[in-house]
Amino acid sequence: MSDFEPIVVAFCCHYCAYGAADLAGSMRLEYPTNLRIIRLPCTGKITPVFLLRAFEKGADGVYVAGCLEGDCHFIQGNLVAKPRVNYTKKLIQEVGLEPERLEMFNMSAAMGPRFAEVAREFVQRIKELGPSPLNKNYHIQSDAA
Amino acid sequence: MVIGERKPFDEIMKMLEGVKKIAVMGCGGCVTVCLTGGHDEVRVLSSQLRMARDKEGNPIEIIEKTLERQCDPEYVEQAEGVASEVEAVLSMACGAGVQFMAERYKDLPIYPALNTTFVGGSKKEGYYVERCQTCGECKLYFTGGICPIARCSKSLLNGPCGGSTNGKCEIDPEIDCAWQLILDRLKSLNQMDRYSSMMPINDWRTNRDGGPRKMIREDFQR
Ligand code: SF4
Ligand code: SF4
Repeated sequence: MSDFEPIVVAFCCHYCAYGAADLAGSMRLEYPTNLRIIRLPCTGKITPVFLLRAFEKGADGVYVAGCLEGDCHFIQGNLVAKPRVNYTKKLIQEVGLEPERLEMFNMSAAMGPRFAEVAREFVQRIKELGPSPLNKNYHIQSDAA
Repeated sequence: MVIGERKPFDEIMKMLEGVKKIAVMGCGGCVTVCLTGGHDEVRVLSSQLRMARDKEGNPIEIIEKTLERQCDPEYVEQAEGVASEVEAVLSMACGAGVQFMAERYKDLPIYPALNTTFVGGSKKEGYYVERCQTCGECKLYFTGGICPIARCSKSLLNGPCGGSTNGKCEIDPEIDCAWQLILDRLKSLNQMDRYSSMMPINDWRTNRDGGPRKMIREDFQR
C-alpha cells in the first residue's frame, strides 16, 4: 500500500485555515498534494451532510479547519462545528468507516507552518489507515492491477 | 410535538436487505423540529445507506423526498410519483405518518426509520423532554400546569410518594419529582386548595385502554 495516495478533503474557514494555507504557500512550505481544499465562509457552515458527501464521493479522509477557540470571526461558528464533526464521526462509524478518517483542527491565519504540519500529519494518518472502501478510483485501479 | 429517535443503523440496514431501490421519505412536521426526520436527516441517512451498501458491493438507489406532513392524506398523495418507482419506502415520520403512508400505498412496503418515543417539547435546541402522555382527560387545572401522568414516574394522581427526596424522584436523582414541582407551583399560585382535594382513580378508558381513539369535528363532515 506504499503507493497509496489518499484523497483528503479539507474544509477550511476563510478567516483562518484558508489564510494559513496561503501563508504556507508564500513561505514556500511544503505540504502534501493530496489535499482538496474547500473554502467555507466559517466552519459554522459545516453540516454532517457536507462531510458525509465527501466520504460518499470517495474521500479517504476529511478534516475541518477553523479558527482557534474564542477567535471565530462569527463569534462561535467553530464551536458549532466541533460537535457536528464529532457527531459525524459516529455516523461514519455506523457505516463502517474508521472515525479517525474525520477530524477537526483549529489554527489562526498566521499559522502557515501549523497548516502544513496538520496536512502532513493527517495525510500520514490516512495513509496508515489505507484507502476508504468507497474510493472507487483506487479500487478500480487495484482491481485492474 | 411528537418526538422520535432514529432507529439503530443496523436495524434499518436489515429491513432493507434485498431491496435495490427505495425512497427515504421525510416529514416536515414534528420530526423536522426535533431533528430526527426532516429534510436534513433524510439526506444524512440516505448518504449513510448508500455508503454502507456500496461498501458491501450491493448498491442501493435512493430517492430523497420530504413531504409537508405524512399524517395527512392530501400530502401523502404527493408521494405518488415516487411510490410508483421504488420497491419500498423508508419513512422518517412518526408511527402515525408511517401508517398513513401504508394506508395510501397498499402494495408498497413502508418501513419505519424512527422509534416514536413521546409527546413533548424542546428545552433547548436538540434537547427534548416528555410532557404529556395523552391520557384523554387533562388534569393540568388541578396540578398547576404540571402533568402528574407524564412527569411523575409512577403517574400518581395524589402524590408525592415516600420516595421524593430534596425535590428529586426516587428513580433517578437527576429527575425532578413531579409532585414537588406541582406543590411548589400550586403554592406560588395560591391554589393549594386544589391540592387538598383527592383526585379520583383515573379512568383509563379515555386513554388507550378504551381502544384506538378518534376525534371528529362534526362541522367538517360531509
Ligand atoms: S394530564 Fe393527561 S392530557 Fe394533561 S398533560 Fe398529562 S397526560 Fe397529557
Ligand atoms: S418521587 Fe415524585 S416523581 Fe418520583 S415517583 Fe414519587 S411522586 Fe412521582
